[in-house]
Amino acid sequence: MSARGPSATERAASRRIVAAFGASAAGAVGFAVTYAQGGNTRWEGACLAVAFAGLAVGLAVWARRLVPVGGYVEEHEGFTPPPTEQAMTAAELTAPDSPVRRRGLLAALGLALTALGAAALFPLRSLLPFDRARPERALKDTPWGPGVRLVDAAGRPVRPQDVPADSMVAVFPEGHVDTGDAPAFAVRLEPRRFSRPPAGGHLDGLVVWSLLCTHAGCPVRTYLKGTARVLCPCHQSSFDLLAGARPVAGPAARALPGLPIEEGPDGFLHATGDFTAPPGAGFWDSP
Amino acid sequence: MITDRLARALDDRLRLSPIARRAMAKVFPDHWSFMLGELALYSFVALLLTGVYLTFFFDASNADRVYHGEYAPLEGRTTSAAYASTVRLSWDVRAGLLIRQTHHWAALVFVAAIVLHLARIFFTGAFRKPRELNFLIGVTMLTLALANGFTGYSLPDDLLSGVGLRILTSVVQSIPLVGAWLAALALGGEFPSDAMIPRMFVTHVLLVPAVLVALISLHLGILVRQKHSQFPGPGRTEHNLVGSRLWPSYTLRSLALFAWLLAVLFALGGLVQINPVWLYGPFEPAQATSPAQPDWYVAWGDGALRLFPSWEFRIAGHLVPAAFFPGVVLGGVTFLALYAWPFAERLRTGDRRQHHLLDRPRDHPVRLGVGVGALTFYAVLTVAAGDDIIARLIRVPVYDLLSLFRVLVFVLPLLAGLVAFLVARALRRGDAAGVGELTRADLRRAAHRSVRPPEADSGESETPARDRPGERIELWPEGDLWRWRYRDEDRQVVFPGSRAVRSEEEAASAARLAYPGVDRVVVPGPPPAPPPGPVRVALRRWGRAAAAGSLLLAALLDRRRDRRRQERERAEQASSPEAADRASTGGGRT
Ligand code: HEM
Ligand code: FES
Repeated sequence: MSARGPSATERAASRRIVAAFGASAAGAVGFAVTYAQGGNTRWEGACLAVAFAGLAVGLAVWARRLVPVGGYVEEHEGFTPPPTEQAMTAAELTAPDSPVRRRGLLAALGLALTALGAAALFPLRSLLPFDRARPERALKDTPWGPGVRLVDAAGRPVRPQDVPADSMVAVFPEGHVDTGDAPAFAVRLEPRRFSRPPAGGHLDGLVVWSLLCTHAGCPVRTYLKGTARVLCPCHQSSFDLLAGARPVAGPAARALPGLPIEEGPDGFLHATGDFTAPPGAGFWDSP
Repeated sequence: MITDRLARALDDRLRLSPIARRAMAKVFPDHWSFMLGELALYSFVALLLTGVYLTFFFDASNADRVYHGEYAPLEGRTTSAAYASTVRLSWDVRAGLLIRQTHHWAALVFVAAIVLHLARIFFTGAFRKPRELNFLIGVTMLTLALANGFTGYSLPDDLLSGVGLRILTSVVQSIPLVGAWLAALALGGEFPSDAMIPRMFVTHVLLVPAVLVALISLHLGILVRQKHSQFPGPGRTEHNLVGSRLWPSYTLRSLALFAWLLAVLFALGGLVQINPVWLYGPFEPAQATSPAQPDWYVAWGDGALRLFPSWEFRIAGHLVPAAFFPGVVLGGVTFLALYAWPFAERLRTGDRRQHHLLDRPRDHPVRLGVGVGALTFYAVLTVAAGDDIIARLIRVPVYDLLSLFRVLVFVLPLLAGLVAFLVARALRRGDAAGVGELTRADLRRAAHRSVRPPEADSGESETPARDRPGERIELWPEGDLWRWRYRDEDRQVVFPGSRAVRSEEEAASAARLAYPGVDRVVVPGPPPAPPPGPVRVALRRWGRAAAAGSLLLAALLDRRRDRRRQERERAEQASSPEAADRASTGGGRT
């Protein structure tokens, strides 16, 4: 075969490989041109795809046609060594003067290393800066407190009449629109319909609750006004606002904490304290 | 010529040729399933390459930044630097969106390749002695891949990923005693903290990738030392390995696979939109997207959080929240079970032998049943993560669907596992060659436990029978070198030894190792190789042309569909009240 030069199939394979690599080069040029012309994500992706697909086809044909494939056999020594060899290694490791025989010294070494390892854990505490509150405290406290004004997402103070009857209004402690555990919402309900009073009390049916789902902390943004329920978009917990924001479906197990409020002398809403329970997901020290 | 000179120059200095010659002759099994691990490896390489490019443009900071650029809706707004730079990457950095989307697609493919690779290892028993160590390393790499996927996904500080991060933080907080501390230490304070993005960034681009590189090296080093396993077949024993050589065929084929992967990833990255963070908006504590689905590989956790009932309890006044069980316990049990499986199985079977021949999945009905059941369980959880979307699509109340899933998550895995178990038993006991040929009688027989199956997991039975007359080893000289090959006349197989050696003894001892007890003869010379018939050549050529054509067609169709979808999205966005609401509440940062 080799005496007559490449066979017809070899020549055909070579032609196809050259064509594939040619397509690949064209794809690469196409990419460069697209980029230089100002760029276009689709064309760039398509050109690179052609470039690499060309490479792949060329290499694959080459591997299948022009080099020997498959059917080679290699011996496998296995991992059961001759018993003497294993024994020799073990004997050398545990020879009489071997360090592993010095039990007392090893124990001292172990003590030193353990102490070092334990000491090395201390700097990890710096991951939580020392000037921050301890976690279980931080999770319980929010910027809400007596006298803190309620503002909307734009930072404008909220009056009782700013809360319409048919939708929820996201409210925040003044100056803390971006704080993670502070978001709350205000709704207006008919006090007659309460089957259980809201934990934080209400102002003529105006109630404020934490916006954070007690399951895993997502904002319960969907308000179904007919049934006065709020729905969490993350795992579909729903809370019945007429029954003290008790969870009625889905995985959440605790009611939304309420926020006690009053109308201040300035006509705006003020909190009279913090949430009735830590907002958001539960934790070991949740009261 | 140049290659020749270079090789000689290197060898003169480093004396590489003995190692290189063995390496080039290394044999790889030809079954497709051995490519899955390679696919994972190459996806990781693609992630490294695209990821490093992203680091040049991504600004890993929670600090405020005013966005100026091509994306008009965000023009002049203040967001975190991370979010603003991701939008810049997508709209203002030329080729930025391509690389960003390719990185994301590569992450999805990476985890998928690892999971498929793991399934292959599991169902074929490739984790048995001596490969337990590599199994443990592999499971560790899966956890790291999931972790890196999650941190990467959270980096852009957009609304969707921010909510996901909040959920994960809540899950960590739910751990008894230490949860609140763990979460606070990790984030440097309460969620959302200013240290969050920088820390995740270092974890994502340095810590985890470095550990992964180390583990991959170890994984491959062990693989080379232990050699591949292989499926049973004629001439394949516990003492040898049949397949293609590293040089040249496997080198070319493996590079071809890499190129295929890159072609697919760049096609996806360029043509199929993924994670359009500019549409989600920046993270804000009071906002949520709906529906909210995570990337596929964390969806099982999300599904579990949805399905687990609203059940929590107190221990001496302390709360164990509902998220603890589906979040922490399920995840922990999953990975512990994976780590423990090789040892648990050994405990049950008492099998302490070395195995280089793989099982067929049917050889171990229990393993198959457990594996299929587990996969079904996680699949149901994954689907359950989309229960709100499914409910909307099929117009069923979401809570009815939830109840259904709560049943299915137990029933389907049990059923699937049982069916897999019975089918495996029937295949093993009966004489049906495949699932299609099983008769009802086979299945009925499989359901009875009394019949002791023939001992199927004794790989040793595959060693060549001493008395098979057709089998022999042929050795022949080739210039100064010697070669050998295995021939089985009855089964019509001929396997040349993977490399030439310098003496007849060397060839004989290699052959003796590979085929203990088979007679050796010296023969004159190599037989001529038969050329492939013209029909087969033509068939292959047509097949390949058809495949290329259909690929092109698929790409075109996909592009068209995608463009249409984008138009629709643009139209929807313009008219959706939700978007307007978000803009009005979100735009008012002071
Ligand atoms: C285990 C491997 C990795 C996985 C699974 C992974 C996954 C991801 C994912 C899913 C994203 C989100 C992309 C998006 O915005 O849509 C991401 C972002 C990012 N990754 Fe990786 N990645 C990996 C390795 C790397 C490496 C090695 C680097 C750099 C050295 C890197 C750098 C980045 C950067 C800078 C971003 C943020 C860019 C952006 O916001 O889009 N990644 N990664
Ligand atoms: S976070 Fe609200 S249901 Fe899970």
